[in-house]
Amino acid sequence: MMQTATLETIIEDTAVELLRRAATSLPKDVFAALEEIKKEAPTESALLQIENIVTDARIARESSRPMCQDTGIVSFILSVGDNFPLKSKLKDILREATRRATKEVPLRPNTVDFFKGNSGDNVDPRGYIPFFYIDLVPGDEIKITAMTKGGGSSNIAKLGMLKPGVGLEGVLKFAIDAVAEAGPKGCPPYRVGIGIGGGEDICMMLAKKALLRPVGKRHDDPEIAKLEEATMEAMNRLPIGPMGVGSGKTVIDVNINLASRHPASLPVGVVFSCWALRHASASISKDGNVKYMEY
Amino acid sequence: MAIYHLRLPLTEEDVKKLKVGDSIYVSGDIVTARDDAHKHALHLKEKGESLPVDFSKLAIYHCGPIMRKNEETREWEVVAAGPTTSSRMEIFQDKFIEAFGTKLIIGKGGMGPRTTAACEKFGAVYGMFTGGAALLAADKVKRVKEVHWLDLLGMPECLWVLEVEEFGPLLVGIDCHGNNLFEENAQKTRDALPQAYQVIEQIMEE
Repeated sequence: MMQTATLETIIEDTAVELLRRAATSLPKDVFAALEEIKKEAPTESALLQIENIVTDARIARESSRPMCQDTGIVSFILSVGDNFPLKSKLKDILREATRRATKEVPLRPNTVDFFKGNSGDNVDPRGYIPFFYIDLVPGDEIKITAMTKGGGSSNIAKLGMLKPGVGLEGVLKFAIDAVAEAGPKGCPPYRVGIGIGGGEDICMMLAKKALLRPVGKRHDDPEIAKLEEATMEAMNRLPIGPMGVGSGKTVIDVNINLASRHPASLPVGVVFSCWALRHASASISKDGNVKYMEY
Repeated sequence: MAIYHLRLPLTEEDVKKLKVGDSIYVSGDIVTARDDAHKHALHLKEKGESLPVDFSKLAIYHCGPIMRKNEETREWEVVAAGPTTSSRMEIFQDKFIEAFGTKLIIGKGGMGPRTTAACEKFGAVYGMFTGGAALLAADKVKRVKEVHWLDLLGMPECLWVLEVEEFGPLLVGIDCHGNNLFEENAQKTRDALPQAYQVIEQIMEE
């Protein structure tokens, strides 16, 4: 069995690398989708914006520099295996990785406290950021996803506690309204995640997690998959386009997560990602073997 | 939809000839300012205190950059510096333009009716840089000239005075003739909602 101290170092180093990859390298599926939008750009103004975006993303990957100055708020999504030897210590290790990545990548210091000011290291002195989504799974490895999400696309998120009578149609119209209202504010073309049901907190989390699905990967349930496609088509009828120039594609993909709901409630969360959807993943075995996911 | 290459600060004639839809590239000095910097600058002005920069001669850039101090030269360098969402500054911008006589605002995502009115009344324009394109922007910065309020406001919020060359293209989104490209597009988007709803209504009937 590996020394715990060594494993801790491996996790920390891996998490720093994940944050670097997330900030500097747009996932390949997102990049390919943007190139597709570029090919289809109907006007010169749309083409210019999408060209700038694609070029910026390419330079970022090549030069290992952050593609956007807003390197966001950090969250980690963890699937911890039953036999993985580290548990509660993980949070402190990942906080330390965040501090290091802030200096080494570098990331912009983005954690501001009303009383204490900007902590300067992307770690909230009150312990909430980075935020951890933790799942417990069988096996002896841990899977870590680092997600950094910018403020511009977070500011346009919407929570609706709708009347159940409006049904799915009302839910999807609410999501379309959210895109219309967002307009160019959150840097389109957008990824849109829609979380339906659960509760006021659960639908937002489901919506955010939907953004992690590969572009074009439809929901396993064919009925929900159909809604994703229709909603995307509907949203792309809005004349927003790259950076709001008024033409071209507004939405890269729409992903829905559905949970059961209270009979009296119809919660819906709409979470956006700007074109710079940033996440990176790796798994680490209890023996310290690191496997990075393709990015 | 003309393309212009202009020196900063813009002259009155420059401002007058620009129309929404034009593209401009600017060279000269710009200063980053976001929510807190606008608030603080207006607060100092109100109290009659002096300001560290002359906002009338600088273009305002809605941007919270990533900066790094070069270990050897001890000089600041720009790592990434794309625009931030301008609509957050809508609550300050008209007062800011009036107080300081700023002629060019750079950001992304557009601004609202208050800024449009101030641009028309006091002669200013708003130009959009591609959102998120932080490296394209950073690579147009020749030099970091000054920094102010770093300790007070922190790296993203403080004032960075940057000398830029051919900074652009900036899409003119608000001109001094009362036009606002983003407001026009927002209206078109609202008008297109029934068309978008139709897709959902159809699929629900199936």
